Amino acid sequence: MSSVSAREAPPREPPGRRLSTFLFRHPRVRLALLLGLPVAWMAVVYLGSLVVLLLSSFWDIDPFTGDVVREFTLDNFRRIVETPVYREVAWRTVQMAALVTVACAVLAFPIAYYMARVASRRTRNLLVVAIILPLWASYVVKILAWRTILSDGGIVNWALEPLGRSFDGYSTVGLWLTFTYLWLPYMVLPVYAGLERIPESLLEASADLGARSSRTFVRVTLPLAFPAVVAGSIFTFSLTLGDFIAPRLITSEQFIGTVIYSTYGEALPIAAAYSVVPIAVIVLYLVVARRLRAFESL
Amino acid sequence: MSGSRSRLARWAVAGLIVGALSIVAAGCGGGDDDGGGDWQVAGLGSSLEEIQELAREEGEVNLVQWENYAQLTDEFRAATGCTVNTKNGGSSDEMITLIQTGEYDGVSASGNASVRLMTTGDVSPINDELVPNYADVQEGIKNQDYNSRDGEPYGVPHGRGPNYLMYRTDEVPEDTTSWNVIWDDAELEKYDGKISIYDDSIFIADAALWLKATQPELEIDDPYQLNQEQFDAAVALLKKQAPFVGEYWPGTPATQIAAYTNGDSVVGTTWPYQYLQLTNADPAVPVAAVKPEEGTTGWSDTWMIYSDAQNPNCMYLWMDHMISPEAQAAVAEGFGEAPVNLEACDLTENPDHCEQFHADDESWWDDVYYWTTPVADCGDDDDSTTCVTQEDWKTAWTEIRG
Amino acid sequence: MVESRLTRVLLRLGAGLTLAFMYLPLVVVALYAFNRNVTLAWPIERYSTRWFSEAWQDQDVRDALWLSFRAALGATLVALVLGSLAAMAVSRYRFFGREVVSFAVILPIALPGIISGLALQATILDVLSPLGISFGLTTIVIGHATFCVVVVYNNVVARMRRTAGSLDEASADLGADSWQTFRHVMFPQLRTALLAGGLLAFALSFDEVVVTTFTSGAQETLPIWIVGAITRPADLPIVNVVALFVIVVSIVPVYFASRLAGGAGLTSDRPPRGAVAAEIQAP
Repeated sequence: MSSVSAREAPPREPPGRRLSTFLFRHPRVRLALLLGLPVAWMAVVYLGSLVVLLLSSFWDIDPFTGDVVREFTLDNFRRIVETPVYREVAWRTVQMAALVTVACAVLAFPIAYYMARVASRRTRNLLVVAIILPLWASYVVKILAWRTILSDGGIVNWALEPLGRSFDGYSTVGLWLTFTYLWLPYMVLPVYAGLERIPESLLEASADLGARSSRTFVRVTLPLAFPAVVAGSIFTFSLTLGDFIAPRLITSEQFIGTVIYSTYGEALPIAAAYSVVPIAVIVLYLVVARRLRAFESL
Repeated sequence: MSGSRSRLARWAVAGLIVGALSIVAAGCGGGDDDGGGDWQVAGLGSSLEEIQELAREEGEVNLVQWENYAQLTDEFRAATGCTVNTKNGGSSDEMITLIQTGEYDGVSASGNASVRLMTTGDVSPINDELVPNYADVQEGIKNQDYNSRDGEPYGVPHGRGPNYLMYRTDEVPEDTTSWNVIWDDAELEKYDGKISIYDDSIFIADAALWLKATQPELEIDDPYQLNQEQFDAAVALLKKQAPFVGEYWPGTPATQIAAYTNGDSVVGTTWPYQYLQLTNADPAVPVAAVKPEEGTTGWSDTWMIYSDAQNPNCMYLWMDHMISPEAQAAVAEGFGEAPVNLEACDLTENPDHCEQFHADDESWWDDVYYWTTPVADCGDDDDSTTCVTQEDWKTAWTEIRG
Repeated sequence: MVESRLTRVLLRLGAGLTLAFMYLPLVVVALYAFNRNVTLAWPIERYSTRWFSEAWQDQDVRDALWLSFRAALGATLVALVLGSLAAMAVSRYRFFGREVVSFAVILPIALPGIISGLALQATILDVLSPLGISFGLTTIVIGHATFCVVVVYNNVVARMRRTAGSLDEASADLGADSWQTFRHVMFPQLRTALLAGGLLAFALSFDEVVVTTFTSGAQETLPIWIVGAITRPADLPIVNVVALFVIVVSIVPVYFASRLAGGAGLTSDRPPRGAVAAEIQAP
């Protein structure tokens, strides 16, 4: 039979081969290798930084040097809760986020519906790309664009001039317009995806049962699309909540982001304590959104 | 595998790791107080010749400045080989944050930045023998609270100026000489929505100044060192004013300039720079700027060197450059302030510049209260007095802005 | 089709208006880039291309552009590595904490940028600087990579969901070692997803400004330069030129990414939901 002597060892495999055999037999090690780097990065770099930031909300400021002193205190949170301005600013920001969400939803629906149910396949593909492209056209550039449009010599005022009216673009209304513009694509896409998922047969059944199209829309389409709207609103809401660059450039009112930004240099613990507010709001919003089955629409 | 115990174990391990890391991170670092009293910044030459040599090797200097402070940078580069890179700060707080990143060599610090920077040791004193032009600086500016400590000078003075009351002459009576136009109830109603105020907590001092003049029972002496009662009164006054303010202008002059040009703002506080820009615009905007009879806040700025500056030699040459007569003249006319090296007065294009800006008139500056830092011990020798701190000014300003 | 004729006409109109709304500001920026005057007045009186050459000659602009480019490249590379590693782990293995990984990857982009920025800045000041890593390109890349990971991650996860794990096993059964399996079986399947994710990550990093303000120290990336220049009237004309440039540079990679990803989320044939939404995460 074989002339290989029983005592001869099989040829040594090259190290690479042995390594991969080892890896094949030990899926856990493979997993550890795969996960090690990303987890180390996210846990150490990012989560660690976050934890330190949130920790500093319990610290104090040395009155003489202005440095951060690592002594535990709840004063920062007390101040945030007791001083009216923090509540007012938070409320103002939440209101703005809500208004922006509503505006985005209203603007997004027609085009999303058109894309999902009316447009031809080719048009639909074109439209999807058309919606996504402005999204990537630089956030700061869009703010610049709106500043220009809303400025005193800009397009809006030029258009209103014959009517004898003027528009002060440097205001909360201007900011609302800017935010709506910035986050609109984030609302269109999930709503489009959600509307697309509604089976045609449901709508036909509703029509067969005698409902006019408006009734079908209200009683069938809207409820089915609602989770998708909520999914889109996650973006519009949370993005508005923490933003500080647009408010700084478009208006002089204070929002959560601007307060944190102007406070963190001199009073980091207070800024850190205040940043708990948007985190809490966003987490709450996510919990509610999950209940409303929005995550399945993402 | 799973099972709730190992699940728990894993969460515990994860939590421990994150916790340990954060404690480590928290334990590391901390205050930057290192040898603040030593002029010997690492890498600095010990003689003028050595400094010039080393500067050529460094090749650049990175500065944090108020907008338009750096002048004659091309000439500077030609003479020293150091390219000047500037970063504009809108407020002293912003400048402190910037300099603390360690990326800059120096800062043009106003009193409300310099005091803090000196306390934390972020800036070093200078050896004035290595800054030849320092000898020509007015004596009255040297060795003040905001630019020296323990008798040692920290940095070189840059120039000083008042915060003017500026108003459009076509909307506000031309003989206005009092701050009442922005504080009195009747005046606030009249200019509702057209008042322009500097958006920084230091403006609380301006409110305190008004109270000093109108409510002597508060016994306000130094508008920056306020006890709780005085502070609360100032904050109350500002909160009363806030609804009538049309614009809280940030440290970038362009916003305020645009507002006055459009007539969106007609009265408020400003720096000389905006006044110059408005009156030199084409067409000129009809504005007047005065130092009101109650006095005003102002600033006396100092170029300070960062303790860990990467280009200390270029920075020393820069400091010397900025108090040279040529640069002083350029700054004084470009920004609209009073130079601190009076030899510049012969070089200004407008021969009366120094006179108009009271460069040599110390008595004019008696009621100009330079920006400085509110400190807990009031900066006086009286141990019994405590004053409201910078941090509280900052958070109060957030409340006032609403 | 269920909708009435009128409805369809109205919808078409609404869609057109919304599209116009979305593109108008960009067109405005483009027009102003050719504006001869320095002011923002509308309508534009005279057109000129002079600002293009001025922008090109502005050293600050060139430096900012170069920095942005390098940062985006670095962040993309890091994100590609980290994202695909995590995605492969999550797609092919079952382990406790799988959902946590997805959550952790999304977190940097879900939280407001100012919070991420503040957190990272504190770490850079207190931990990294003493170790010798001071503010600059490295810290910018660290900041960007952290939230670019999710874009690559989602793309790769979506792709791996559509490819069978059995292929890898078959390859191993046929005698290939891990590296060969990766090279000849997995990588070709992932290639376009990686490319798409990488392009998106590049665009995301190029455009980012909030976190970058905290992690860049003295350096200015292009968006940071724009923010600073917005309030300087003297620089305004150049800003519009730079803005137009940024629009083009951001849009082009995304366009190609969408073509590449093909089925991975941008057309109507049942895109994986996560990929769609996550691809369009916030700048």
